[in-house]
Amino acid sequence: MASSANRAAWAMTAPGVIFFAALLGAPMIMTFLLSLHAYDFNAGVLPDWTLANYADVLGDSYFHKIFLRTFGLAALVTVICVLIGAPEAYVLSRLQNPWKSIFLLVVLGPLLISVVVRTLGWALFFGGNGILTMIAQGLGFSDEPVSLMFTFAGMTIALVHVLVPFMVISVWASLQKIDPQSEDAAWTLGASKLTVLRRITLPQAMPGILSGSIIVFALTVSAFATPAIIGGRRMKVVATAAYDEYLSTLNWPLGATIAVLLLVANVVIIVTYNKLVERRFAKVFE
Amino acid sequence: MSFLSLKNLNKQFGEFTAVRDMTLSIEKGEFVSLLGPSGCGKTTTLQMIAGLLEPTSGQILLDGRDISHTPPNKRGLGIVFQSYALFPHMSALDNVAFGLEMRGVGKAERQDRARKALEQVKLGQFMHRFPKEMSGGQRQRVALARALVIEPPVLLLDEPLSNLDAKLREDMRLELRLLQQEIGVTTILVTHDQEEALSMSDRIVVMKDGEMEQIAAPLDLYERPVSPFVSDFVGKTNLFDAQIIDADHVKVADHVLLLPAHGMPAGASMQLSIRPEKFALSPEGDGDEVQVEAAIFHGANWLYRVRGAMGELFVTQPNTGAPGFARGQTARLNWPDGALSMFAEAS
Repeated sequence: MASSANRAAWAMTAPGVIFFAALLGAPMIMTFLLSLHAYDFNAGVLPDWTLANYADVLGDSYFHKIFLRTFGLAALVTVICVLIGAPEAYVLSRLQNPWKSIFLLVVLGPLLISVVVRTLGWALFFGGNGILTMIAQGLGFSDEPVSLMFTFAGMTIALVHVLVPFMVISVWASLQKIDPQSEDAAWTLGASKLTVLRRITLPQAMPGILSGSIIVFALTVSAFATPAIIGGRRMKVVATAAYDEYLSTLNWPLGATIAVLLLVANVVIIVTYNKLVERRFAKVFE
Repeated sequence: MSFLSLKNLNKQFGEFTAVRDMTLSIEKGEFVSLLGPSGCGKTTTLQMIAGLLEPTSGQILLDGRDISHTPPNKRGLGIVFQSYALFPHMSALDNVAFGLEMRGVGKAERQDRARKALEQVKLGQFMHRFPKEMSGGQRQRVALARALVIEPPVLLLDEPLSNLDAKLREDMRLELRLLQQEIGVTTILVTHDQEEALSMSDRIVVMKDGEMEQIAAPLDLYERPVSPFVSDFVGKTNLFDAQIIDADHVKVADHVLLLPAHGMPAGASMQLSIRPEKFALSPEGDGDEVQVEAAIFHGANWLYRVRGAMGELFVTQPNTGAPGFARGQTARLNWPDGALSMFAEAS
């Protein structure tokens, strides 16, 4: 019985497994293999195997800076998304219909627009003769053009805008699961409204905040379009650095190395984080 | 001077009146149930007492103090919610200790008191469990301990047993009532389960469409309901329309019954109610002849549906160990004087 059920399970998952193996696994393995080849500017990709690319990236302070910037950016974007998204989801969950539906649509609306279009919008806003400059000059803060293009702050703002809906959805989902009577219960037991929020609501929303953080962090680390447009060449992140190695320098093996290292770092961080979260909340939630 | 009193309490939601002109006095240590079908305003009343809803008008007095507009965290009442509303991220002990913590009780003392409260509800060995690791009955006890540990002047129970299975519910009724009597806490229970109200309360308030229909002790309520609604809602009953013939006789369907001293004018219409267990069913002898149409065995008793001159009736008879009446059998039906309740025709 068990073995035939097992076989049926294998058979039924087979199409999906083959699909992912062929279309996701194979390119990743090829990228990994590519990263183990040497490169010569005249001869192209050389057939011999080497770890030189890894030694290059791991030993070069130029790449250290790019990796640090990427993970710093991801951490900052995640923190800001929590600070904006969690209260936003809480307010949304307290609204009555029809306002609830309307504001949920407003929050999720940006997801309906292409990331490239939205980022170009931010570029118009941030640019030297853009709206930001007009506002700053109009209010008398500055006589010079104000530009956030090619800055860390500009990337952060644009990425937060792109990613905050994911945090809202995630926190919203866990707020929906809270028994509103548990808040009433705390209130009648003598807790003030603020204490109820801090001691009862927030801990119950924590799984949503944590899973939202994972989503936002992972998406920021691997974000390409926004850093490419707002950060450009001057403010490279890992994804744009890999892209440049492939398409500008044509050093494919080095680009592949950067991509593999990004993947490994991302997986390590997220798995570690998930482990911590699971250990912390295993007893509390199904 | 009563301990808790509601004075002309009203609650309106827009156009809809959920509770209308409710006035009720509850003595210290009393167990009062608010009984009624869903939508009768019983939960709304409880939430106003708890402070979770603002009354539209009227007053709530606790021990002579007007608490009508006091927020719930300043009222200090103990509440057991229908869903139990435990804090899923806290252990049973922390759940119970929460109210004490909010009162500024020191850690050692509150843990000690919370432990004692859990032992009181027989959960001493489960105090470090989280709500999701407990059964429905255990969660219910944690909720009860959490409400009692703060030594509230009034304990409010919102359908506390409705999520339990039938057997456990019966055990908990008895246990809850004994605990309440032991502690002597004034208690208000909201329920739609008439058996629950009858078995636990000192007094029952039957509510219908936001108004109080009758306030009485369980036995009085059962034996002397003031309206067809109460007699039908509390316990099972047979209701029929009747016409007054003269001072001592009424007519039901085509059947003339002797009903002395009904005090109604001849020709008036009224409703009669008789409880199924008031009947005596015998194989032969005096009494109205009826046909047994259905016989259902309930263990402790038999439920029969019989048809006679008065129409269809439900009759319950205790199980004496002997075989009951069979379907299709003819039997004789009797009832004692005073078993019939009369209601003037509802307008």
